Amino acid sequence: MSGTYLGMPAFPAAARDAVRDPTLRANLRHATHTIREKRAKAVAELDDWARLREAGRQIKDHTLRHLGDHLVRLEEKVTAAGGTVHWAADADEANRIVTDLVRATGEREVVKVKSMATQEIGLNEALEAAGIRAYETDLAELIVQLGEDRPSHILVPAIHRNRGEIRDIFAREMERWGRPAPDGLTDAPAELAEAARLHLREKFLRAKVGVSGANFMVAETGTMVIVESEGNGRMCLTLPETLISVVGIEKVVPTWRDLEVFLQTLPRSSTAERMNPYTSMWTGTTDGDGPAAFHLVLLDNGRTDTLADDVGRQALRCIRCSACLNVCPVYERAGGHAYGSVYPGPIGAILSPQLRGTASEIDASLPYASSLCGACYEVCPVAIDIPEVLVHLRERVVQGGEFTRHGAKTTLRPARGHAAERAAMRAAGLVFARPGLLRAGQRLAARTRRAHPRTLPGPGRAWSATRDLPTVPKEPFRDWWQRTQGHTTGSADASGAASAEGRTDDGKAGA
Amino acid sequence: MTSRDIILGRIGRALGPVPDEPYDTAVDRDYARVHGERTAEQTVDLLAENLADYRALVHRTDQAGLPDLLLRLLSGRGARHVLVPPALPPEWLAAADPVRVHDRAAAGVDELDRADSVVTGCAVAVAETGTLVLDGSPDQGRRRITLIPDHHICVVRVPGQVVSSVPEALERLDPLRPLTWISGPSATSDIELDRVEGVHGPRTLEVVLVSGSPGAGA
Repeated sequence: MSGTYLGMPAFPAAARDAVRDPTLRANLRHATHTIREKRAKAVAELDDWARLREAGRQIKDHTLRHLGDHLVRLEEKVTAAGGTVHWAADADEANRIVTDLVRATGEREVVKVKSMATQEIGLNEALEAAGIRAYETDLAELIVQLGEDRPSHILVPAIHRNRGEIRDIFAREMERWGRPAPDGLTDAPAELAEAARLHLREKFLRAKVGVSGANFMVAETGTMVIVESEGNGRMCLTLPETLISVVGIEKVVPTWRDLEVFLQTLPRSSTAERMNPYTSMWTGTTDGDGPAAFHLVLLDNGRTDTLADDVGRQALRCIRCSACLNVCPVYERAGGHAYGSVYPGPIGAILSPQLRGTASEIDASLPYASSLCGACYEVCPVAIDIPEVLVHLRERVVQGGEFTRHGAKTTLRPARGHAAERAAMRAAGLVFARPGLLRAGQRLAARTRRAHPRTLPGPGRAWSATRDLPTVPKEPFRDWWQRTQGHTTGSADASGAASAEGRTDDGKAGA
Repeated sequence: MTSRDIILGRIGRALGPVPDEPYDTAVDRDYARVHGERTAEQTVDLLAENLADYRALVHRTDQAGLPDLLLRLLSGRGARHVLVPPALPPEWLAAADPVRVHDRAAAGVDELDRADSVVTGCAVAVAETGTLVLDGSPDQGRRRITLIPDHHICVVRVPGQVVSSVPEALERLDPLRPLTWISGPSATSDIELDRVEGVHGPRTLEVVLVSGSPGAGA
């Protein structure tokens, strides 16, 4: 993924700063709460939502199970319709392919439709290094680019900015990139949108190369689909002479008919609309209408590694609606930057560590960036069980084990930072397997309860800093049970312990 | 080894042996094909309602009233240069007398940028979502002509061109044609996740529902 994110601190450290920023907190709270209610209303309009969601899940799962076949078919159809298909195993290769394609046109600038895949591979930076300027044309991406900022949301990358901040960025920065902002620009959203319209129009009208991603690729027909709102997508897809689309391999769907599911669930989940203002669909090239050359770059970059994990694979169902970000209590407070990836929020917490591996501090911490409340799973239009994958990835971080990286099976060593946790779990396992030892330990704990510290020492301090340690009762549960049931064999010898054990099997043995 | 081989190889190893599963039966398509029951007339009403909900301006007329209505809509905006696709029915603009700019392949984008308005037909309209779909047929023209001018008038023949739902629309459309689905004027939710109309596409979308015309399907 993008080099911008290298060396990011772990999530808790990054989140700590964000949580202390009152403007950021207010901006995020306002935006996420606005969209939450609207989404719920838009979804409630369809009484078959649960069935659409299940169909979406099934389509994506089936596609992933037969991914190779669908990609080969897609390639065949796109080629037959006049397009050229390229395959990129990783970010560097994709960047190289796009750079060479742009160079071959002789152009030094491209206009871009908002695309997660090109953000993921750091395409703009790669083009810049080759002397090619990439203009972002989505309003929020423009705000991020002009402000030399990083995106913090999948759908609305500038969600962390309020209208006043956006006005200031436009007034200050637009002239460095082209047409300056109108004099006396206020922070009215309609005026800000107008400023973007004027600023970008000259770029659209002179652009010779467009770069995009895609929301869906139909294997059966070779059709590409882009769902958008502003019309900047239509501009980039139809005005240039050359169009280059960089698309993750998991974006393929088998048939034309499958769109009937996603075109109903995606707009309602992302912007809470019955339908987004513009959707473009094209198949290869069309004589006299739109670009004469179309290149499709199919991107792996960690997706096949993710596919190799039976539990984690479901993250590839994602259609990038961002509903999970908007409902997440952690995202709402920490903001998108703390996730150290172009994919923030709950989906980012399961996608980034799978696409990038868990070697870095930030990626190893992401599976913990959640309270496991499950709101993300509930709103997901393709039913990704994000909490399940989070727990699965926590296991991978703590215990290590076998996983796939760059297409090869690798054994991951347990993370060092979790040594105390592993030691504690091992000790607990030992004690729970030996009833006598457990009983002796409980009694010892009960007798020394007044001497117990309120916080844990050493590495445990971080844990007890935000939690109360449980108080130990005066008497262990099993002792109390035996006493009040009036048993005569109350001694702690082996046979007594065994019979007490037998009795507590049905009930929940506290202590 | 090409990257294509590498990626397909990785996929094969990731999945292991996969049994054949016919796709026809792999997905439960028990979701609704249409939401609610409506007569053809009610479906047209729903289309009008949903178009208006997303700030499209909706007008209704019959075949005979169409030329006068278009005259009013164009002169109301002071449109002098009106872009038209190659095969717009000539009688539609019989009353209006603007400078017609016929779209030609050679027309540069600056030429299109000077047009005040564009008038087109459509391929199909979706009532449940308030959506118009253009497919580049001769009465709709190239994709760019409905994008660059700030004012788009789209004529929908009702009830023939109106379907209820997205599934019905997809069934009528040809995926090999370049398709543009339009639901209201250009808009953005990028400022504080609140919808604002009017960014890059036409900021005014007017839809004329014409009844009593032969129901030209897609």
